[in-house]
Amino acid sequence: MLSAESLAQIDKEIAKYPVEQRQSAVMSALRIAQVEKGWLSNEVMDFVAHYLGMQPVAVYEVATFYNMYNMKPLGRHKLCVCTNLPCKLMGADRIADKLKQELGIEFGETTEDKEFTLVEGECMGACGDAPLLLVNNHRMESFLDEGKVDALLDELKGK
Amino acid sequence: MVIQGGPVIFNTLHLPEPWKLSTYESAGGYAALKKILADKTPAEDVINELKTSALRGRGGAGFPTGLKWSFMPRNYEGDKYLVCNSDEGEPGTFKDRDILRYNPHALIEGMIIGGYTLGAKAGYNYIHGEIWAEYERFEQALEEARAANLLGKNILGSGWDFDIHAHHGYGAYVCGEETALLESIEGKKGQPRFKPPFPASFGLYGKPTTINNTETLASIPWIVRHGGQKFLELGKPNNGGTKIFSVSGHVEKPGNYEISLGTPFSELLEMAGGVKGGRRLKAVIPGGSSVPVLPGEVMMDLTMDYDSIAKAGSYLGAGSVIVMDDTVCMVRALERLSYFYFEESCGQCTPCREGAGWLYRVVHRIEHGQGRPEDLDLLDSVAGNIMGRTICALGDAAAMPVQGMLKHYRREFEHHIEHKKCLA
Repeated sequence: MLSAESLAQIDKEIAKYPVEQRQSAVMSALRIAQVEKGWLSNEVMDFVAHYLGMQPVAVYEVATFYNMYNMKPLGRHKLCVCTNLPCKLMGADRIADKLKQELGIEFGETTEDKEFTLVEGECMGACGDAPLLLVNNHRMESFLDEGKVDALLDELKGK
Repeated sequence: MVIQGGPVIFNTLHLPEPWKLSTYESAGGYAALKKILADKTPAEDVINELKTSALRGRGGAGFPTGLKWSFMPRNYEGDKYLVCNSDEGEPGTFKDRDILRYNPHALIEGMIIGGYTLGAKAGYNYIHGEIWAEYERFEQALEEARAANLLGKNILGSGWDFDIHAHHGYGAYVCGEETALLESIEGKKGQPRFKPPFPASFGLYGKPTTINNTETLASIPWIVRHGGQKFLELGKPNNGGTKIFSVSGHVEKPGNYEISLGTPFSELLEMAGGVKGGRRLKAVIPGGSSVPVLPGEVMMDLTMDYDSIAKAGSYLGAGSVIVMDDTVCMVRALERLSYFYFEESCGQCTPCREGAGWLYRVVHRIEHGQGRPEDLDLLDSVAGNIMGRTICALGDAAAMPVQGMLKHYRREFEHHIEHKKCLA
């Protein structure tokens, strides 16, 4: 179900916790699985449950509680724009509008070619860098303006 | 973004690669730990220094750290834990991220001293989901510390074992609440626990646990090295030390500023380049989105410390200063904050789960020209019915911004309801 590389990463996470507390690695295991598969299908979550000795429902609970897990297939690049107050004061709405216009989609939607999904995000704890967005959860793009958005979209389309 | 260095935490910023172990050591890093281990300093002495220092929790509640550490059972036979809370996701708050980025070893040394003092078996640092690069940097710093035998077995030949691990969050504001954070480390939904029992008796995996904020722990090496009295003197009585203030919103130079507690707000604003574009200062949220807003003219007379801000009817919180100029519509600002609490409520307690939704929907309709004359009383009533009636502080956090806005900017809300448009 998961690659040997992903499993090695998960094992490294498990080792952080007491032997009888494998469940503590579930958040990391789901993150690692999502990086490999793009989203968390029931099959993937069941596999993680089995691997950690958890009930599948306990894994579903975690996956649906934390909002960085993808519970359905998304575009190749998930762009998550923070629109909370400090970012809004620095022009996040303008950035969001620009993205919606360029991609032709609204928040929560995926482009027809399945390249991009646009998501409205909550505070990322980096308000000094506002306005900002995350690409696929792990890459932060700071101090955005219209030009940077254009450059980012060009770069991601080429990938 | 600007980062202004200070003596306690951002003390390696002027050096190349300030996050490296060698850089930290060249600035006196790990001297405190080495001294404690060599002298076999009694835990009581460390705790007394913390009490003298008047170090108060930097995560928002401002609880005295020395007192918190004294709650851990001394003679408990079994595992104990130290947990660091780097789950920084309250709008306006972004200081811990820069500590992890630029001086992770100050935190690691603080955690090791904590582990020694509290008799902990291991430490966990819970890092906010959205800051992946900082998580990776912290992991690298841990590797450096292990390679130098500052962590692991028989630390520096002392015969004492202790290790620290990073736990990465994945998008849930409520996990900044300490018992939700513990649930999350245990691999569960991050829903806060009912207290008592408090974590010092029933914490991680049911074991005695102390949870401190990143900045709190990163301040400890300096206190051990220089003494609690010196730290106290950096600030003011009951508000010891320097504090990192995260300034965001309408300023010329948003960023983190490590300055003495008790510094006038006007000076902090000046450091941040003043209000953007030379506009008029309208309002400031002084401690993160959960605390009541204060009018600009009130703020200009205050000093930045726990007691001064509390006297003015708000909280210093995590030192997260959101600055708003005279173009900001307070109804719109509150609408966005109320949506945040509605979205982030974990759903466990009815007053918060339902009340946060009510607050958002009512503010939303006022903002969109559908407000009713009775809506402000309704907001007062809903906010009042959330306050103090939930397991954790997220309920209060949803209510306080509403109460603060209505207290100081009621006229703007009334205008919106009456004229279906903005006064700002």
